[in-house]
Amino acid sequence: MTLAIQLSYWQQTVFRSLGIAAAVLLPAGTIVYVYLFKMMSFMQSRLGPMEAGPFGSMQLLAEVGKWLQKEDLIPAKADKRVFMLAPVVVMLSTFLIYTVVPFGPDAWFTNLDTGIFLALALSSVSVIGTLMAGWASANKYSLLGGLRAAGQLIAYELPLVLAVVGVVIQAGTLNLIGIVTAQGDGEIFGFGALGNPYIITQFIGFLIFLIATQAELTQAPFDMPIAESELISGYMTEYSGFRFLLFFIGEFATAGAFAALASVLFLGGWTIPPFIIDPQSNVMNVLGPLVMLAKMMLVLFLIFWFRFTYPRFREDQLQQLAWKYLIPLSLVNIAATAILKVAF
Amino acid sequence: MGIVPGLIKGLGVTLKEAKRTVFPDGMMKPPSPAKGAATVQYPHEKEELAPRSRGVIALKEENCTSCMLCARECPDWCIYIEAHKYLAPPRKAGGKPRQRNELDRFDIDFSLCMYCGICVEVCPFDALFWSPEYEYSEPRIADLLHDKDRLADWMTTVPDFESYEAGSEQKVRKVPR
Repeated sequence: MTLAIQLSYWQQTVFRSLGIAAAVLLPAGTIVYVYLFKMMSFMQSRLGPMEAGPFGSMQLLAEVGKWLQKEDLIPAKADKRVFMLAPVVVMLSTFLIYTVVPFGPDAWFTNLDTGIFLALALSSVSVIGTLMAGWASANKYSLLGGLRAAGQLIAYELPLVLAVVGVVIQAGTLNLIGIVTAQGDGEIFGFGALGNPYIITQFIGFLIFLIATQAELTQAPFDMPIAESELISGYMTEYSGFRFLLFFIGEFATAGAFAALASVLFLGGWTIPPFIIDPQSNVMNVLGPLVMLAKMMLVLFLIFWFRFTYPRFREDQLQQLAWKYLIPLSLVNIAATAILKVAF
Repeated sequence: MGIVPGLIKGLGVTLKEAKRTVFPDGMMKPPSPAKGAATVQYPHEKEELAPRSRGVIALKEENCTSCMLCARECPDWCIYIEAHKYLAPPRKAGGKPRQRNELDRFDIDFSLCMYCGICVEVCPFDALFWSPEYEYSEPRIADLLHDKDRLADWMTTVPDFESYEAGSEQKVRKVPR
């Protein structure tokens, strides 16, 4: 059964834009409330925001309202145009990652054959935004933070990409929809009732992907670029009001985007084990986004659990972890995957 | 890789703390974070203060001899004392009239005070006491200067001294009421 509605290009574009905005902002808001406000508080034996709305659930709206009212400060010696553009670049890269993420058999924004390649390439664009912010602020803390961020993001881009290569080899496609289908229709030694989520075969890849994601998001323990005890707030130091809000949304929306990628690559995306509902049935177009959200929340729980537990790395330890452990490990993982793929 | 067990243990610590906060009565009972949290929701409920909490300094005016020791020991110089001498009637009939000091002004500027308690320690005549009251913030900073009437009002909030540890020879001092 297919939908018999033909939409013109601009109508599709409007729907896609609205869909992307919902897909970016809803998880971001949920992440901030559930994890940043509540889970973090509970882990520190306190309640978190309780005043705005029932159990403080409207706190984020209050914060957004506060930021929108604030003066849009630009330092006198800042490179104004670059300074104003930087948060937009960071936000844009986040929004664009979501365009390749599928949420159901027909619920996708774009069906690109090089989906995962595009997503990873776009995620590196945010480095440029970060560097722009650090340079244009005309502030030594911002510059140091921006450079640290660039060094860190580039270092952890490699294990991130290399961890994904294992999945790509196993699925035989770069298309994210293809990767989901390969997991939904997959079999574990001829047993197909559970599908074949790649977290089982690519568990090392999943771990490397999680660690690299943590670093890409500059979440603790990888928050050297915004280390508040030495750099105030890194590249965000000079930002206030609306532009800080963009960075803030960017941070958590990117967390959502990477969680979406992780659940597509390793947890089977929008599919649930095929013996319950066939992955290609039409119901999954409605159920799929919810399944996706649940899996994203699971990955995000891990990300934020790590964030609230571990203290910050030193700069050299941080680089060592990437270059001396994660990259060799992911290369070994790729080699093993390739050999097993040919052997079976 | 000896660090991995430590990392996992660390994750366990935070998760256990979250569980203890959300389910203070065990997993079988309904969650009640308000009970499990170590903090209190301040304007709605008040914190149980520790004994000998330092909130505000109270003045027992009758005991003050305006000796100025507190004002001189104060590291911030936030105590202002002015006094004049007067002749009080003699204790026994036919005696000499006694010379006494009477306070004209005894102000503590709580915008400067750093709550070190040296004035309370140094007072030889039991005129200054700690009170645990802390809700006296003001919109104007000048209103944080408490005059001697206001300081005397705090006297009603001064708690009795804590008893000493068991077996102590010393008697517990009494707060003059």
